[in-house]
Amino acid sequence: MSEDNDETQTAEETPVEETESQDKVISPEKAEEAKLKARYPNLGHKPGGSDLLRKRLQKGQKYFDSGDYNMAKAKIKNKQLPTAAPEKTEITGDHIPTPQDLPQRKPSLVASKLAG
Amino acid sequence: MAGPGGGSSDVQWCFSQVKGAMDDDVAEADIISTVEFNHTGELLATGDKGGRVVIFQQEPESKNQPQCRGEYNVYSTFQSHEPEFDYLKSLEIEEKINKIRWLPQKNAAQFLLSTNDKTIKLWKISERDKRPEGYNLKEEDGRYRDPNSVTTLRVPVLRPMDLMVEASPRRVFANAHTYHINSISVNSDHETYLSADDLRINLWHLEITDRSFNIVDIKPANMEELTEVITAAEFHPDQCNTFVYSSSKGTIRLCDMRASALCDQHAKMFEEPEDPNNRSFFSEIISSISDVKFSHSGRYMMTRDYLSVKIWDLNMETRPVETYQVHEYLRSKLCSLYENDCIFDKFECCWNGNDSVVMTGSYNNFFRMFDRDYRQDVTFEASRENSKPRSVLKPRKISTGGKRKKDEISVDSLDFNKKILHTAWHPLDNIIAVATTNNLYIFQDKLN
Repeated sequence: MSEDNDETQTAEETPVEETESQDKVISPEKAEEAKLKARYPNLGHKPGGSDLLRKRLQKGQKYFDSGDYNMAKAKIKNKQLPTAAPEKTEITGDHIPTPQDLPQRKPSLVASKLAG
Repeated sequence: MAGPGGGSSDVQWCFSQVKGAMDDDVAEADIISTVEFNHTGELLATGDKGGRVVIFQQEPESKNQPQCRGEYNVYSTFQSHEPEFDYLKSLEIEEKINKIRWLPQKNAAQFLLSTNDKTIKLWKISERDKRPEGYNLKEEDGRYRDPNSVTTLRVPVLRPMDLMVEASPRRVFANAHTYHINSISVNSDHETYLSADDLRINLWHLEITDRSFNIVDIKPANMEELTEVITAAEFHPDQCNTFVYSSSKGTIRLCDMRASALCDQHAKMFEEPEDPNNRSFFSEIISSISDVKFSHSGRYMMTRDYLSVKIWDLNMETRPVETYQVHEYLRSKLCSLYENDCIFDKFECCWNGNDSVVMTGSYNNFFRMFDRDYRQDVTFEASRENSKPRSVLKPRKISTGGKRKKDEISVDSLDFNKKILHTAWHPLDNIIAVATTNNLYIFQDKLN
């Protein structure tokens, strides 16, 4: 439904909770917040703040040390390293990446199905 | 049944075409990431997660069927971006096309800008329908003739050939963005364009790829102090000095490039005051603006946040002039939408040609239209079940209360994996392109 703004509006037609002390209406949003805090008690109090934003800015970060990688590649020539499972686990500094570990980045060679 | 559109209340929307594979098993590369009509509406471009661009062209209206507008058929397709790995920063660079913007046509060729997270490319799409024949030194198959065997001379002539559409990258605008590009916008001067990432906006000249001017920089000196990011940016449709950018905190800043070289000081700031009593954990997240679009007139702009679409008059910064609820029933589902990350979905919005109707997508492959003049809104569904040629779309209703009427869909049965993030409206006619995850639907109004 469209409306002209006079003030910020909250939903009025959604379910309503009552406290025991008075007929206080808790907005559905606050009820959802209570639910979330109950499930994740350690959730920080800066919801839109730097943690969330910094996670967004770091999208695509993979941990890769070319020195370690080349050392590991050289070692493979001498002895067989156990092949890592082909899962898409994030490789951090704990584990020295080997050529088998790194996910293959293949360009899309297939034509789009929209053009089919 | 009637629906809003084009300023009159009796527009009927009909299914026209659907593009893409029918199977449910969707490859990631096939996920559509952007949809854009060109300035005449003759061409419709899509970009996908696999870095590919597909351009459709509208067939001219046939004399046999004057009731139908031309269909859109594949005109050109090419690989715009490839996946890359930035070894220095350990960053994987996706080939996903974030945005496509067409340049206004200046000659026989068509030009568009396409961008992924880091690099913008200018593509030229040109037609070839003639080829020269009758060379003296070359055979028809291209092999060179022995010059000693040539006894007569002839003038090569141009002969018609089957139409070939070629796409070639004419400019690559790279290495100007540390963060992920979310918007590109061509200026009304047709010479410059802007690109925006999470923290910075750059101004480019279409001819110059080795330099770019930074015009907005909101990166704090200490990243711990980061409170908001840029979510979208657009140039004004006819004032070449004016652009806007939206933020994750629900504000829109309008900047005037005549004021200073660095537009960190906004000329106007549009923000709706919030009732502090209603503030919750989710308030800031759902106020984050996912799209901003100027009206064609340039008088208004529209913003999309998680639950609503707002129309702002550029002359009034204090609050929007119109607010439309897209799916208010989701307010009581925010906890689960936060857990499954849907609360971070970035929906786009668009205007119709004469700014009387606005459209945006929702979940369950629903999309919504709001008629500003007639104060009507309608919900439609893009699905294969409703895809008989020229079948009229039936409005959908979601039941929010306890009692579900017949034909209504309950909120709990909505499929949150079927989201319509990208929609586009033909600049002149009542033709819309709606992208589901991997299919492109084209709907038209019924011509009588």
